[in-house]
Amino acid sequence: MAEMMFWEAVRRAHDEEMARDPMVICMGEDIGVAGGTYKATRGLFDKYGPERVIDTPISENSFSGLAIGAAFCGVRPIVEIMSVNFAWLATDQIINTAAKVRYMSGGQLEAPVVFRSPGGTAHQLGAQHSARMEKVFMGIAGLRVVTPSNPKQAYGLLKSAVRCNDPVFINEHELMYNMKGEVPDEEFFHPLEGSEVARPGRDITLFGYNISVHWCLQAADILSKQHGIEAEVVDLYSLNPLDRAGIAASVSKTHRALIAEEAEAPVGVGSEVMAIINEECFFELDAPPVRVSAVNVPIPYNHTLEKAAIPNAKDVVAAVLKMFGK
Amino acid sequence: MIAAEKKRLLRKMLFARRFEERCYEAYVERKIGGFLHLYPGQEACAIGVMAAARPGHDYVITGYRDHVHAIECGSDPKEVMAELYGKETGSSKGRGGSMHIFDAKHRFMGGYALVGGPFPLAAGMAKGIKMRGGDEIAICFLGDAANNQGTFHETMNMASVWQLPVLFVCENNLYGIGTAIERSTAELDQYKRVCGYNMAAACTDGQDIEQVIQAATTAVDHVRSGKGPYFLELKTYRYRGHSMSDAGSYRTKEEQELWAKRDPINLLRDRLIEEKEMTLADFEALDKELMAEIENEIIPFAENSPEPKVEDLEKYVLAEHCPYAKGEAH
Ligand SMILES: Cc1ncc(C[n+]2csc(CCOP(=O)(O)OP(=O)(O)O)c2C)c(N)n1
Ligand SMILES: [Mg+2]
Repeated sequence: MAEMMFWEAVRRAHDEEMARDPMVICMGEDIGVAGGTYKATRGLFDKYGPERVIDTPISENSFSGLAIGAAFCGVRPIVEIMSVNFAWLATDQIINTAAKVRYMSGGQLEAPVVFRSPGGTAHQLGAQHSARMEKVFMGIAGLRVVTPSNPKQAYGLLKSAVRCNDPVFINEHELMYNMKGEVPDEEFFHPLEGSEVARPGRDITLFGYNISVHWCLQAADILSKQHGIEAEVVDLYSLNPLDRAGIAASVSKTHRALIAEEAEAPVGVGSEVMAIINEECFFELDAPPVRVSAVNVPIPYNHTLEKAAIPNAKDVVAAVLKMFGK
Repeated sequence: MIAAEKKRLLRKMLFARRFEERCYEAYVERKIGGFLHLYPGQEACAIGVMAAARPGHDYVITGYRDHVHAIECGSDPKEVMAELYGKETGSSKGRGGSMHIFDAKHRFMGGYALVGGPFPLAAGMAKGIKMRGGDEIAICFLGDAANNQGTFHETMNMASVWQLPVLFVCENNLYGIGTAIERSTAELDQYKRVCGYNMAAACTDGQDIEQVIQAATTAVDHVRSGKGPYFLELKTYRYRGHSMSDAGSYRTKEEQELWAKRDPINLLRDRLIEEKEMTLADFEALDKELMAEIENEIIPFAENSPEPKVEDLEKYVLAEHCPYAKGEAH
């Protein structure tokens, strides 16, 4: 088990898959000669050459479509969209083509393309560079959506995504590329579906994904040490499909639920998880579930306003205490 | 071109015409639902280009006006008709409909409904071909109005930068639904619009199939021999409305009559008659034969085929079995 940074884990998955299969390629803006904005493809251009490590023009929708067409002919593309804010431009090809082509062709064609992109609010990047787009993609039939919260998941999910015959959108986070974590030395494939108990507990379930898993873990620590509340933290690394059984199992054990999400509340992961709780285990609940979400505004530039818009571990703690009447 | 080849092409064009007209009737009878975009008037385009290409070997992609393109790749017209009827035996098992004919085994890679969507898909297929090292080419058929999408410009640029083996065929029928080209598009000659992308391009009469084949042969040879992408504009005209809901009020009678005089089927027929390779009676007999085939074989196949099962509604959303989804892969 070696400790590595998130970006190194993503890079390693690229490298292994490209070394194994000559039809695996990666493409995106500045991923080749420059090595990627977040270093996720560093060194691959020199190793695999310009036909397989492709610096694209700034044409998000069309290079996504190009990857899909290449996949029709046996290529396994990993597309990096420099920032999810630019993925809005590629929604046509990702949603209208990649997600639907298997279905509308009656199973004849498939689009095994990995789209990976950093989202989230970083440091004062303003409204057009702070989008959280997972909620847009997670409701699309035919498109898998996963979102790693640590280097191990980043590595294992990308490995599985490359081999999976469905299109997969991997939602990464701009602030997490330098996060360190253990990644097994031997090759492994993280399941694309399911959820993971990141910390067991008995009193409440804190659901998080991607960066909000870390708020939940910090909050659970504070709740345990300072308030005697043992929170279970469930990492929803798969957003499409969501792990209905895993969600129900944890809530049936703790009887309380909170969903922490960096995105705005409307039509999001939180609302979807709440609906699943209602459908699967409503009578297990001791209290109404709660969401901790971003304020529904275009993200402001100003540092103080930006911080006020995005939740954190303290907000999770406060919401839990309120639920417990403390 | 030898007479036998001309007759073969005439037969194909006439078949396409009658097939599409029969679709019209089936739509009026409510056997076909959804949007239905028909091809009469433009037959020489797909049939001419595919005569210059290698059907079933080259990868072909197009928009929603796709029945004839699929058939020219080798699709069974019975399956195309069954698709329009929404049947399980249809090209796309009834899941696609008129705008989404697919036939992967004949390398007809689909009809797509979003205007401009197929441009990058075609370039991507060309990338795949290039990586595999085959001698196939990708051919993308789209309309004139599609060239006003960003995907047109983005894709021309990428196809040229990466020298991809892709042929773009622009069937310029002078309209995008009801908007005449001069009202939407600053440059009327579509082949001139790729000059900013350093790409070979040409334009020819899309009503004269011999000219189409000649131009397409040059284009196909260019692409297949590794000289990079090519853009071929064919000036053509569709006779019917854009789709079935279109009354066509935006076009003058004079304009329509003018184009009717240059009907691709009549042009070739008259040439064959002039060359004494065919009589009008031969032509009429051929027409009857084709109509009988459609009526006696194609329509009954579509009519009598089973509907897809409701139990299968969620089939084809994702790969049937993915070992990487549930942690079975090690
Ligand atoms: C992205 C998108 N915008 C609008 C439409 C509606 N629409 C369908 S066909 C069409 C006109 C396209 O004209 P052209 O590309 O010239 O092809 P033609 O129908 O003439 O063959 C329009 C606007 C659509 N299907 N997709
Ligand atoms: Mg047109």
